[in-house]
Parts: sequence; structure tokens; C-alpha cells
Amino acid sequence: MTRIALTVNGSRVEENVEPRQLLVYFLRDRLGLKGTNVGCDTSSCGACTVLLDGESVKSCTVFAVQADGCEVTTVEGLAEGDELHPVQQAFHEQHALQCGYCTPGFVMATVSLLKEHPDPSEEEIRAGLEGNLCRCTGYHNIVRAVQAAARAGA
Amino acid sequence: MIPAGFEYARAGSVDEAVSLLGRDEDAKLLAGGHSLIPLMRLRFTRPSLLVDIGRLEGLRYVRDDGDRIAVGALTRHAELVRDPLLARHCALIGEAAATIGDPQVRHRGTIGGSLAHGDPASDLATIVLTLDAELVVHGPGGDRTIPAAAFFAGMFETALAPQEVLTEIRVPKVPSGTYLKVERRGQDWATVGVAAARVDGRVQVGLTSMGATPLRARGVEKALAGGASAAEAAAHAAEGAMPPSDVVGSSEYRAHLAEVLVRRALEQL
Repeated sequence: MTRIALTVNGSRVEENVEPRQLLVYFLRDRLGLKGTNVGCDTSSCGACTVLLDGESVKSCTVFAVQADGCEVTTVEGLAEGDELHPVQQAFHEQHALQCGYCTPGFVMATVSLLKEHPDPSEEEIRAGLEGNLCRCTGYHNIVRAVQAAARAGA
Repeated sequence: MIPAGFEYARAGSVDEAVSLLGRDEDAKLLAGGHSLIPLMRLRFTRPSLLVDIGRLEGLRYVRDDGDRIAVGALTRHAELVRDPLLARHCALIGEAAATIGDPQVRHRGTIGGSLAHGDPASDLATIVLTLDAELVVHGPGGDRTIPAAAFFAGMFETALAPQEVLTEIRVPKVPSGTYLKVERRGQDWATVGVAAARVDGRVQVGLTSMGATPLRARGVEKALAGGASAAEAAAHAAEGAMPPSDVVGSSEYRAHLAEVLVRRALEQL
């Protein structure tokens, strides 16, 4: 076991982990943060996307020990109390989801994308969300939501 | 899937990484983990010790080094994409890095990890080979420099000794260069990729996914040196290559793609 200390959604966390424990399972099973979903488990679908030191990563492809000393943000860490994060609000208003399974990953990937490109074109949005798959095929409304979030200054 | 168990050690320096690697013959280096972790999850590989060099910030840089650009091995793909020095002096590296995986992968994956993995589908491997880059590695005896042409030894095999760490990649400044690839769908590996650049007044061309290692298209280079047009030279693209046949494309299809992409790349130079 390896002792790790990190910040998750603003709270300090210290735990002993097996080195092989993937970050996504650490977040879900150890910390109970089930908003981050496991989709493909092969680094493809992006359902498990979280922010690691502010940048989007696939938490199924990061060991928890690699996040030692880092800051992790999951979808649970976005809202301020009852007030949704502008990206969450935009996904809600634009109906950017059908079943919702991919949504936390899309929201986190969007937060990271808008940080790097505050005013992305539609093409940049589609390329920027290349690492996230929606099997309900709802991409049109997702793109609209990202545009709305960008306008809202997310 | 969950990887098999392993021991974990985080190196505080390159020398410490070298000495940790000596502790266990099944030890592997962990940088960004975006080649290694997927393989470990599929249990295609099960190292007994992972030596994590991901925090060695001193290996994360792009520097002007006279007639060359020096890139630290732990520079991430996303950093290659936005680096102004590379954009000015060796733009094809950033252009190719922008096509690797997806944004999440580019936030973690490193140039050194990609090269040391020895995957014949690696875009950056083809580029360093095409540019005749030099790879600086550090081992128990100190530093040595390996020319790219001697680095890629076979499928997932490189010239790195078990206790060596790739630390720096030195690429020439080139006035023009390009990287083109065909992938079947977004975030896929290259079905075929082609790099072309003017290096010291000559046109050099390399191929991705056309054999067990990245390859130089020597037939194309020779034809160009003899005055051939882009289309004439491109006809030699697959000469000597043994492109694989798989679910993405047949060997013949890859040879065809190589010719088309080489012609387009040469027309862009």
C-alpha cells in the first residue's frame, strides 16, 4: 500500500491505496464520488473524465498514486451550493443529454476545453470533445451547450 | 480491467530512476502512462515494479540549442502543440502532436514515453526518424546519444538498455515540414502516416504503420534527389516496406495510402 494525499473537490484526502488502483475507482469506491462513470475502460469513451490540476484526463488511465499531491475536480465539485456551474446549466438548458451516462465526462471535458479556448468555433468544439463518446448520438445539442456556456463566460 | 499488482516507486531524479530500474529486471518506467497503462489493464504486460518519472519537471522543456531544438522527454503532447519555438522551427512536431489521441490523452502523454514505447503506429517516432533526430539517454554509465535511425529496433523494441532513461530529443531546425495521416475514425491510430521535411537542403520522408518500426522512404528520397516530381517520387513510397494487414486495412491498401500521402506531403513542402 502507498500513502497518498491529494485535494479532491477542494477537500484534503489522505488514503492508503494499492498502486494498481486506478483514479476512477479511487474516486468512486473509496471516496463515494459516483458522478464519474466508467464507460469503456479502454481510454476511449471519456465518461471517466475529471480535471487533474485543472486539465481534463481520463481517470481510468491514471493510477491514484499518480494523483498524489495533485488537485482533482470531479463533476460533484463544479456547482456552488445549489447553483450549477455555467457548463452544467448550459447542458441542462440545451438538453445536451439523453440517457446522461456520458454527461459528467462531457461536462468536465468542456470545462477544460473552455479554459484553453474560451471562444471556440463549432469545429474546435467538435475536435475538442473528440475524446468523449455519446452513444445516444446527441452531439448537436452538446455542441450547442458548449457554445451557450462559452457565451455565458464559463 | 484492473492491472496485475506491482510495486510503485517515484523517482526524485533521473539518477534515482536509473538505480531503481536496477532493482528489478521486470521494472518499467512510468511517464504519462498513456501507452503503458492501457496495456497493463489488458494484462498484455505486467511489470513487477513501476518507476514513476512523471514528476521530473526538469525533463519538461523545449529549448533553443543553436541549430537544433532540444525537447525534454517528459514534455507532454499538449505542450508540443502550443510551443512557440517548435511552431517556428519544427512545426510538424506540434502539428502531428495535435492529432494524437484526444485532448485528455494529450494532457498526459509525453514525447519520451511515446518514443520509448516503440509502437510502429507512433506519429512522433516517424517524425524523429524523418528528421534524423538525436535521442539522449541516461544510464548507469552516464549519458549517451543514439541517432533516431538506430533507436527503433523492432515492434515495441528500442535501443534503450534496461537501466536507461530517455531524457532529451534533439531535432534540427527545418524550414518546412509536414505530417499527414489517415485514421479510420477520430482518436484512432494512424492507418498510415507520412512525415516529410527539408533537412539540410534535402527532402526526407518517413512512414508510420508501414512495418514493424517507423520507416524512412529511401526510394522516395533517392528519386527526389535524382530530380523526380512529387508524383514520380511517391510511386516509390512503399518500396521495401512490409505494411501489415489488419482490421483497419490490408497491406495493399496501406501501400496505396502511403503513395497518395507521400505525394500530397511533397506537394506541400
